[in-house]
Amino acid sequence: MLRLDRRQALAWLAVAAVGLTAAGRLPLGAAEPADRPHGKRIGADPVLNKTYVPGELWPLSFTPAQQAAADALADLILPPEAGGKKPSELGVPAFIDEWVSSYYDETLKDRPIILAGLTWLDAEAQRRHGAVFAKLTEAQQAGIADAICGVKPVKKEHKPGQDFFKRFRHLAAGGYYTTPQGMRELGYVGNTPSATFDGPTPEALKHLGLA
Amino acid sequence: MPIITEKELRPDYDVIVVGSGAGGGQSAYTLTMNGVKVLLLEAGRNYDPATETPMFQTPSQMPLRGMSTREKPFGFGDATVDGGWEVPDEPYTQANDKPEERFWWWRARMLGGRTNHWGRISLRNGPYDFKPYSRDGLGFDWPLAYEDVAPYYDKVELLIGVYGSNEGLENTPDSPNGTLLPPPKARAGELYFKKHVAKLGIPVVPIHRAVLSTRQDHENIPRRLFPHNPTAQKLTAESMKARAACFWATDCVRGCSIRANYQSTTVHLPPALASGNLDILCDAHAREVILNDQGKAAGVAYVDKKTGQERVVKARAVILAASSGETARILLNSRAKRPEGVANSSGLVGKYIMDTVGAGLGGRVPAFENLPVHNEDGAGAHVYVPWWLYRPQHAGKLDFARGYHIEFTTGRQAPNLNVAGPAAPGYGRAFKEDLRRTYGSFVGFSGRGEMIPNKDSFCELDPSVKDKWGIPVLRFHWKWSSHELNQAAHMQRTFKEMIEAAGGSAGNPTTGDKAIKPGGFIIHEVGGGIMGADRAKSVTNAWNQCWDIPNLLLNDGSAFASNADKNPTLTIMALAWRACDHLIDEMRKGNL
Repeated sequence: MLRLDRRQALAWLAVAAVGLTAAGRLPLGAAEPADRPHGKRIGADPVLNKTYVPGELWPLSFTPAQQAAADALADLILPPEAGGKKPSELGVPAFIDEWVSSYYDETLKDRPIILAGLTWLDAEAQRRHGAVFAKLTEAQQAGIADAICGVKPVKKEHKPGQDFFKRFRHLAAGGYYTTPQGMRELGYVGNTPSATFDGPTPEALKHLGLA
Repeated sequence: MPIITEKELRPDYDVIVVGSGAGGGQSAYTLTMNGVKVLLLEAGRNYDPATETPMFQTPSQMPLRGMSTREKPFGFGDATVDGGWEVPDEPYTQANDKPEERFWWWRARMLGGRTNHWGRISLRNGPYDFKPYSRDGLGFDWPLAYEDVAPYYDKVELLIGVYGSNEGLENTPDSPNGTLLPPPKARAGELYFKKHVAKLGIPVVPIHRAVLSTRQDHENIPRRLFPHNPTAQKLTAESMKARAACFWATDCVRGCSIRANYQSTTVHLPPALASGNLDILCDAHAREVILNDQGKAAGVAYVDKKTGQERVVKARAVILAASSGETARILLNSRAKRPEGVANSSGLVGKYIMDTVGAGLGGRVPAFENLPVHNEDGAGAHVYVPWWLYRPQHAGKLDFARGYHIEFTTGRQAPNLNVAGPAAPGYGRAFKEDLRRTYGSFVGFSGRGEMIPNKDSFCELDPSVKDKWGIPVLRFHWKWSSHELNQAAHMQRTFKEMIEAAGGSAGNPTTGDKAIKPGGFIIHEVGGGIMGADRAKSVTNAWNQCWDIPNLLLNDGSAFASNADKNPTLTIMALAWRACDHLIDEMRKGNL
């Protein structure tokens, strides 16, 4: 059998196990969450061989204010390299919106965390500096991020902010490093046809003491 | 003859094959190459890998970055459609709510079935694997030996194209010279582990996978496969010419539009269709095997899923290759003349179902940090670890009776949504640098081990639950024995030793009951119609023929009497080819 990404597999398995009914049947139509009227999902037989964009399969959720906060935070977490684009220019926040607007057990858990967190960001920015998060200077934004990112001990009252930051960073990084620019930054240079498989380079073998 | 509609069905098929995956595809191919008129029934929709395969799509082009969902459990890009552990309108049930006693039944309702997404790992069973009872007193012997199957392993490897090497290892058969395609070079991480686990006595050798590392020799192979059959030679040669060699990119589980890897839809079905001897009817869900007054198989009743109408098609023989669970379901639902179903005088239909034992462990190897960038894609795994402890195990020095092999991944693989999972807290440049440095240093180890058949693992008809078409569904019973649990724990301990031998740090091994993946999770479901030498203790004979109904064959994994750690697909195909050769002989002799 092929290899299922271990983390994904276990997460999915845990969620799916909970989803099994007492009778042992596997329900496909879970109850509709009140704030998710569309109920649309990918479905069992989607067209595979095409490019999808967020919002195509189900409506997105971010308000303009949440969108602006998400853009600013994604750009703060993943600042561009020289010549590179910002995450906000690569559609990373749009992916996060697609995620929290979708209809899966995993994404349902993230929805309140992300939406409330973005709103909290603006409230905290207003409280500290009298402006929304996106309008702050980078140093002011960093001040808020530092309070919740977990590098230094996080104050008790900021615990929800910490949960938000952790999930937002996870999604932002996942969204960013799956773009062509992000892949290049990680040193992934595959997905390119080649007439031959040449194996590791001499430099790579030397690095590992195998040359 | 083509993929047809119901109106085009003919009254005079020689053989009906139910299912279009490895067993059904191989059966259809072998029969049609020999001039037999075949109708193939597929419960799912028609599927064309050439036009539907999302080969180069990146996660950013997929919904939710291609993540695993309940509808697409192996990610959006996986070739499977209308499939998974849940299939709309087609429930199955569990006899017990305990998680460890559930069986996860994977189905793929599409032309080509599970071959569209499988891992392409193609390992031969060895001599021990056909005589496990004789070796350690557990489970059952098969009514055939390695030598009986070896010529058919040769044929299947030549037909589908398998890369690999001959290493002369115990119970890990070599193929005749010129049968295997050359294995691709090992990756940097694969070589590093090969060097560093040697001191543990663990061999790392080229794996065997059904991928064309070079184009097939279309001039000579067809002559070897069909020495006296110019028509089959020509059809097979044409199909081989149309297959390209691997271009060392994209994940095989997405399917292969250039036909470089094996899937039924790219290797078995095209030449079978070109023969003019094959009709394929999709969306036709087989419900029951129809018997004639003599008690022989006379045809199949199926539901047209598009209309819900039930129809009957007739033939001189019937082959079930619907997946071992579905094959058992069809036999048990064939109750027009017998309440226990057909071919079930032994009472063993649905009994002794097996999966593969699976456990994994992840880790990180600092030596892989900052590895000079190069392309590490290319046709899945290139190496593996075959079971290496046959002798201490046979001497009783292990607390489990059967072996496992190890598959592992290293290197900079295509990033996915979970790229930031293990990173330390932080953000900004330091976070990005941390990810860049550690990316590619993570390793994943998976064990794939033999499960011994037991009486507590079986399926039966649910007394009340039916699917959308009113057909009773399967209810599963499942239990592991201490052999499987101890084996899973051994896997994790070994993986930790291996990762540490490479200077890395690993996750913590746990107990077997926690380490083992649920039954059915590895999708190597076999058994339920096991073959044997004694008709009272088995469902089929050594030719996959049901003892009770000789013109009814079980050509999927149903007939497996054991489930060696070697992934079952290659053996399913070898046995199906062998069974069809025998069926043709018997039909020509007028014995059926």
